[in-house]
Amino acid sequence: MKSFEYVRPTTVREAVAAASEPGSAYLAAGSNLLDLMKGGVVAPDRLVDITHLTGLDRIETLANGSVRIGALVRNAELAHDAHFASHFPAVAEALLSGATAQLRNAATVGGNLLQRTRCGYFYDAASACNKRVAGAGCDARGGDNRLHAVLGWSENCIATHPSDFCVPLVAFDTVVEVEGRAGKRDIPLDQLHCLPADAPERDTVLERGDMIVAIRLPAAADRFAPHSRYLKVRERTSYAFAVVSAAAALRLDAGRILEARVALGGVALKPWRAREAELLLAGNQADAALFHRAATAALVDAKPSGDNGFKIELARRIIVRALSLAASGTPARVAALPASAFASGVTHHV
Amino acid sequence: MSLTKTLVINGLKRTIVLDDPRVTLLDLLRERLDLPGTKKGCDRGQCGACTVLVNGRRINSCLTLAASLDNAEILTIEGVAQGEQLHPVQDAFIACDGLQCGYCTPGQIMSAIGLIQEAQAGDDAERVREGMSGNLCRCGAYQGITQAVLDAQKVMRASKQQEVV
Repeated sequence: MKSFEYVRPTTVREAVAAASEPGSAYLAAGSNLLDLMKGGVVAPDRLVDITHLTGLDRIETLANGSVRIGALVRNAELAHDAHFASHFPAVAEALLSGATAQLRNAATVGGNLLQRTRCGYFYDAASACNKRVAGAGCDARGGDNRLHAVLGWSENCIATHPSDFCVPLVAFDTVVEVEGRAGKRDIPLDQLHCLPADAPERDTVLERGDMIVAIRLPAAADRFAPHSRYLKVRERTSYAFAVVSAAAALRLDAGRILEARVALGGVALKPWRAREAELLLAGNQADAALFHRAATAALVDAKPSGDNGFKIELARRIIVRALSLAASGTPARVAALPASAFASGVTHHV
Repeated sequence: MSLTKTLVINGLKRTIVLDDPRVTLLDLLRERLDLPGTKKGCDRGQCGACTVLVNGRRINSCLTLAASLDNAEILTIEGVAQGEQLHPVQDAFIACDGLQCGYCTPGQIMSAIGLIQEAQAGDDAERVREGMSGNLCRCGAYQGITQAVLDAQKVMRASKQQEVV
């Protein structure tokens, strides 16, 4: 690992100033950053340690009813916060389906949003990767790419965003609070991550020095709590990234859908909101035929980027299953195997 | 550049001068504080051999920069027994054959202590397995490990109740 300067600011303003210097990176838990540094994937000159800043580790309900979560709240702390988990059960389930207990105890909310893709060619310094080195080429094209993107990819990059947490968050219109050189601003989570297009080296719309200080879930989102699920298919049942995942949430009135939220994970370089599916669902009777139509609509623009055509059909089925589970009601407690298609009580088919 | 830190390690206050900010908590323990009980497996957060408790929470010490810790309380495998009396989780690992080669065992035991403190798994073996999924055992002693966690939890619960009585 390349040596670096270690600085520890005492205020957000100082942190932003320090991180605005070229070659700087913010350090929170470091769960992803240190891994990347050990592999020589990134090599910052300066780490700006924000873990000692005060006031960024709170979960609070604001006067307007929205829930604000500080960027330094640990994943486990949020998932096990009884009030939060009862209002946003799909978010808690997504958190508990990711990583391991050790990582969830360390990893932060802000860090989860900014984690890098797990594309094997991005991680391997000997491979060509446009995300790691602009213009270098993409060895994932024509390489081992069965887990790569089927939506929103470009010839320059077919990587996916690995977060589980972000999938229900984007479904619930989460807003990201950012502080930067020009002061504070809000960015809808749906607009935080960039699709690759011609510039895959850019992960997010954040500018140099920008720091995520909190996220906000709008008050209206908790009306979905009785019918909210996260479902994740992975190659082993624990400690694996999603092959495909889906968050599904419904507001129901006697079997009729008043409002629906659907988002996919593991399919694109951002958490993928499926608005076409949501529009199709709203106003209709919740049944299997409708769920199939919604799933088809969500994947209408999907195309394989390699040996991964199976992910398109898998995504459709995961949406149908997640919607059926959501319709049958949020369980009182997250299953022993969170978000697993093999968890007890998750065996019925539509 | 040197950084001076105060850490409480296995109940002892230690003042540590770090000459390099790259040092992980794992390397600090093993290479600089003569506490080699915590093991280095993958060094990338995938195997759990390096698990320790920081302020009561189990974490991967290989992915934690020592520079970032201040006044933290750290518990390693060297600190869990009371003299010659083993921790109930250590006893249970022996009784249940929760190990073969033993290399992953310190991490397994620290993770199990963390899991029991978190009190999320109860007596459900499936929840214990899920809660221990961050600790790999290449010998495949998982059945013994799961049983050891369940047994130790019972023993610890009973002795806690006895204290209350």
